[in-house]
Amino acid sequence: MQAASVEIIEVNKFYGPFQALKDVDLTIPPGQVTCIIGPSGSGKSTLLRCINFLEEYDSGEIRIDGELIGYETPGRKMRARRLREMRCSIGMVFQQFNLWPHMTARGNVAEGLIRVRGMNRAEAGERAAEALTKVGLADKMDSHPVRLSGGQQQRVAIARAIAMEPRLMLFDEPTSALDPELVGEVLNVMKALAAEGMTMAVVTHEMGFAAHVADRVAFMDKGELVAADTPSRILHQPDDPRMRAFLRTYHERNSF
Amino acid sequence: MFSIPVFFDSFAPLAWAARYTLLVSGLGIALGLVIGAVVCILALSRSRPLRFIAALWVSYLRGVPMLVQLLVVFFLLPVIGINVPAIVAAVGTTAIVASAYISEIWRGAINALPRGQAEAAVAIGMRPAHVWRRVILPQAVALSLPQLVNELILLVKASSLVSVVGIMEITRASQAQAATTFRPLEVYLAAACLYLAINLVLAALGRWLEYRMAV
Repeated sequence: MQAASVEIIEVNKFYGPFQALKDVDLTIPPGQVTCIIGPSGSGKSTLLRCINFLEEYDSGEIRIDGELIGYETPGRKMRARRLREMRCSIGMVFQQFNLWPHMTARGNVAEGLIRVRGMNRAEAGERAAEALTKVGLADKMDSHPVRLSGGQQQRVAIARAIAMEPRLMLFDEPTSALDPELVGEVLNVMKALAAEGMTMAVVTHEMGFAAHVADRVAFMDKGELVAADTPSRILHQPDDPRMRAFLRTYHERNSF
Repeated sequence: MFSIPVFFDSFAPLAWAARYTLLVSGLGIALGLVIGAVVCILALSRSRPLRFIAALWVSYLRGVPMLVQLLVVFFLLPVIGINVPAIVAAVGTTAIVASAYISEIWRGAINALPRGQAEAAVAIGMRPAHVWRRVILPQAVALSLPQLVNELILLVKASSLVSVVGIMEITRASQAQAATTFRPLEVYLAAACLYLAINLVLAALGRWLEYRMAV
C-alpha cells in the first residue's frame, strides 16, 4: 500500500444560493492524519465528501496523488468508469456506518472485493476474514449488522473500507453516532491504521483524537477553512476568535 | 331454511370456476409486477417527461374504479379494431391496474431506504447495476413484501369484477348457480368461504416468505 496525498485547491460548492464551501485550500500529505474540526454546518462533511466526489464541487480542484477527481479537466465531468476506479482506492467510513443489513459482516466486507475487485468468492471471503480479524471481529464474521453493537458495526465498516486496500481513508464523524463507551474501540482501530502510515482525513468532534493522533488539524467555519496547522497550535494556541469560541464550548462541556 | 347439503354441493362448481379467479389475479399480479417495475423506473428517473408519464399512469389507474376500466377496455378494443377474447381483456386490465399500485409500493420501499445504503456502495466504486442488484433491490423487495401480499389479496377479490365481461369466475358462477338452484344464500356463502380460503392461504404464504427474507 502506498499512501496517497490530497490537494484541495480553491474549492467552491453551492447548494442553490447557499455557499457551502468558500475557496477552500488544504493539502493532506501522504501517510499523515488530518483532522477537520469546526461547528456543525461549517462544511467539514461536505469538504470530505468532495474528496471522493460523493458531493460534486462546483469549482476549484481536488487532486489525489496529483490526479484531478470528478473532472477530466476543470469544468468537464470525468467518465463514470474512471471515477469508479479512483473511488475504489479511497476508503470511506460514515457516521451512520451504512452497513448493508441483508449481508453478514463478512458479506459486507467481501461484497466490494467481489463486485469491484473481481475476486472470486473464496478469495474475497478470505480477505474479508483477514480485514475483520484486523479490526478485532474475528468472532463476529457471520453476524448480521443488527446483531452487532454500534462500535462493532463501525469496525466492520472500517474493515469493509480497508479490505479494498485504499491509499487514502476518509472518516465522516465516525464516532458521533456511538454511545460514549463504544467510542474508544473505534478510535483504537483508527490509531492502528494511522500508525501503519495510512493517509487519513477525519471529520471529528473527538478533540482527544485530534490532539494525540492527528499530524495536522484544520478548522472550518461557515464554509471557510480558517486555519490548518499542528494540533497544538490549533487546539492550544488558537489565534482566531472563531476558533477560540468553538474550543471554549469543548472546555466548558468537559469541565465537571 | 338453510340447507347444509345444498351449501356443500355448491362448492364443486364454484371451485372449478375458481381457476379463472386464480388465473386473473395470478397473471394480473405477475404482469403487474413487471409493468409496475417499469413504471417505477420511470417514476424514479431523472427525466421530467418520463416522471410525468408515470404520474399520469398512476393517477388515471388509481383514480378510476376498476369496474369502469374493465368496461371501457372491453368496449374500446373492438372499436379500435382489436378483437381479443374477454379473458385477455380481463387479465390485461387487471395487470395494468395492479401495476399502478405496485409501482407506488416499490417507489415507496426504495425511497424508504437510507441514502447511505447506496452511498456506501458508490463510495467503494460499485457500478450502478451492482448497487441496484446487490444493495437496493434485495432490501426494497423485502420491505415491500407485506404490501405486495396485500395487493395480491385485493386482486383476488377484485377479480370478481371481471364477471361483468362474461368471465365465469367464482362470483359469476355463483350467480348462475343461485339462479338455477334458487338457493342464493347457500351458494353465496360457499363463494365467500372459497374466497376466504384462497386469501388465507395467500396470507400464510406471504408470512412464510417474509420470514424467509427477513434479515
